[in-house]
Amino acid sequence: MTTYAPTKPWQPTKVDISKNVLGLLIALLVSFVVVQLTPMKGKLAYAGVLFISATAIQVGMKWISRGRMAAIDGLASSIAFTGSVIVFLPVVNILYTTISKGVKGLHWTLFTDTMEKSSYLDPIGMGGILHAIVGTMYMIIMASVISVPLSILTALYLTEIKGKAAGFIQFLVQAMSGVPSVVAGIFIYAALLLNTSFRGSGITGALPLAILMIPTVTRTAQEVLLLIPNDLREAGQALGATQWKTVITIVVPAARSGLVTAVILGVARIAGETAPLLFTIGGSDKVNWNPFNGPQSALPYYVWKGLISGTPEAVQRAWTAILVLLMIVLFFFSIARYFSRQRMK
Amino acid sequence: MSSISPSQTTVSPREIFTKPRVSDRIFRGVLNVMSFSSLAILTLIGSFLMLRGFQTFQSEGLHFITGFDWNSTVNDGVETSTFGLGSMLIGTLLISGTALVIGVPLSVLTALYLNFYAPMQIRKFMITILDLMAAFPSILYGLWGYFILMPMAEYWAKLLNKYLGWIPAFSVPQPAFTRSPFVAGLVLAIMIIPIITSVSREVFSQTPLDRIQAAYALGATKWKMIKTVVLPFGSGGVVGGAMLGLGRAMGETVAVYMVLNIAFSANLKVLYGVGGNVASMIVSRWGESTLLESKALLAAGFVLFMMTLVVNFLANFIVKRAIKSGK
Repeated sequence: MTTYAPTKPWQPTKVDISKNVLGLLIALLVSFVVVQLTPMKGKLAYAGVLFISATAIQVGMKWISRGRMAAIDGLASSIAFTGSVIVFLPVVNILYTTISKGVKGLHWTLFTDTMEKSSYLDPIGMGGILHAIVGTMYMIIMASVISVPLSILTALYLTEIKGKAAGFIQFLVQAMSGVPSVVAGIFIYAALLLNTSFRGSGITGALPLAILMIPTVTRTAQEVLLLIPNDLREAGQALGATQWKTVITIVVPAARSGLVTAVILGVARIAGETAPLLFTIGGSDKVNWNPFNGPQSALPYYVWKGLISGTPEAVQRAWTAILVLLMIVLFFFSIARYFSRQRMK
Repeated sequence: MSSISPSQTTVSPREIFTKPRVSDRIFRGVLNVMSFSSLAILTLIGSFLMLRGFQTFQSEGLHFITGFDWNSTVNDGVETSTFGLGSMLIGTLLISGTALVIGVPLSVLTALYLNFYAPMQIRKFMITILDLMAAFPSILYGLWGYFILMPMAEYWAKLLNKYLGWIPAFSVPQPAFTRSPFVAGLVLAIMIIPIITSVSREVFSQTPLDRIQAAYALGATKWKMIKTVVLPFGSGGVVGGAMLGLGRAMGETVAVYMVLNIAFSANLKVLYGVGGNVASMIVSRWGESTLLESKALLAAGFVLFMMTLVVNFLANFIVKRAIKSGK
């Protein structure tokens, strides 16, 4: 008795795959020949001709084997594929450029020195970004301290109480996520710094960031809380707990990792914000440990200063600082991913 | 423990009431108050900017929106000024429009590819990449846009101008292609692609399965199915996502500042290196502004705030309706 392996007619056979590879090779060859023979030059020409010839070969093969409808279908799928490749390319390029340009400015004293005794125009080996890193850490901590309680409580209102105003609040939170960062910055300036004796400091820098952080944290926290099964809440009530006890001892602990994710996503959102800081942070060249007095610095602000100076050394400093900033953002981003993976399991 | 006599065993039933306990009332009260923090913040933003910019609104009137000149000069202690935001508003619409024209088709194609064509691993990978794109700091886009994208974009702009220059939008008065609205639009397009893609993906994934399967059962190819079922169903969501992207693009500051030559002249030629953007203009004028001008800048911030608020309200309304219709 012979057993037959199950057939999978939807999977591409070896013949199909080899046909596709052959088509792609022919397209590569065509694009090479066309660029060599015609006056078109450059990467754009290669990419354009490659896309057109690869698509034409694909569509042609489908037309011959399966007719016009299949050919149109193939055309659509290859256009959709090309679209996502075009979206993908800038990300790769940005990561590559940042790393390759930023690495050149890394040196040991970068993380232990400040710009107190050196200027942006000095050689790369002098000065450091300690003050900016300290400033960014202060910004993140203070903005979180202000915005996290507000956000989580708003999210609890939206999911646990579901009061009459829930729809309205939801709408407002969504509208708030659209507030431009520069508007948050000039709002704090207009409210606290214009016509007053206050000067830009750590706390005034953190306030606009808190405004920008609230909607992100609220919306993520809300999604997480909605995933907590209602059975848990009902079980709490059935055991005689008040709503307050249910929320604080059952719902919030159950959603803990998700809430952490929400906070971290919020931090990743604000760590790189530049525009509001230009109005509210003051700008310092040395480490300022006091968040409530004296000008403060931050990594995005440091990058901005470097760009404005415009000399090769200053721009190199900017690339290096943005590499450090990107690493911080990526760090938070990966932690958030890790926690949300944990949650799904 | 004392023994209980039989007469005492009949316990009066526990009192049952639905009135919330004190702890619950406090809990609900706190949440009720806290939930209005977003309303409070939005109101405060609006009212403070309005208040501080009121002088400008009063002295300029409608000219603040329609005027094209922005000057403030101090002569012998007397400050003469005209503040007209018109060219910046036109510029904002032009570059956000460019960003949408480039970004929306790419986002829709990506969303379609991810939802209907891509294998599982590629889909997961691309979603991570898109989330990463959304998390990149805007100053990074500015830096990259200025040093890497702009030289390329200048070349593309020259090509467009050479072959399509007969279209009015692609013509230029002088061959100046650097820091044009086109470049700014490209950078913004990259920045708004993640948000439009994620909204489109969400709406496309809400397409009722029975309709998809009905299309297949009637013999449709995948593309026919998408064209007749998914796109008509998801078009509302795509529009909403595009408007969310528009709101983001209008408020973008640092990235645009880097790649746009900000000048107070109404320019509708996409490839020509003169443009405007309310948000970036505020930053660029801020450093050297007098008190009078900084008030005008706050007023400009108010206008920007209201514009993004309206766009976002509309966008959320449309997206919500589009997603609801699938359920």
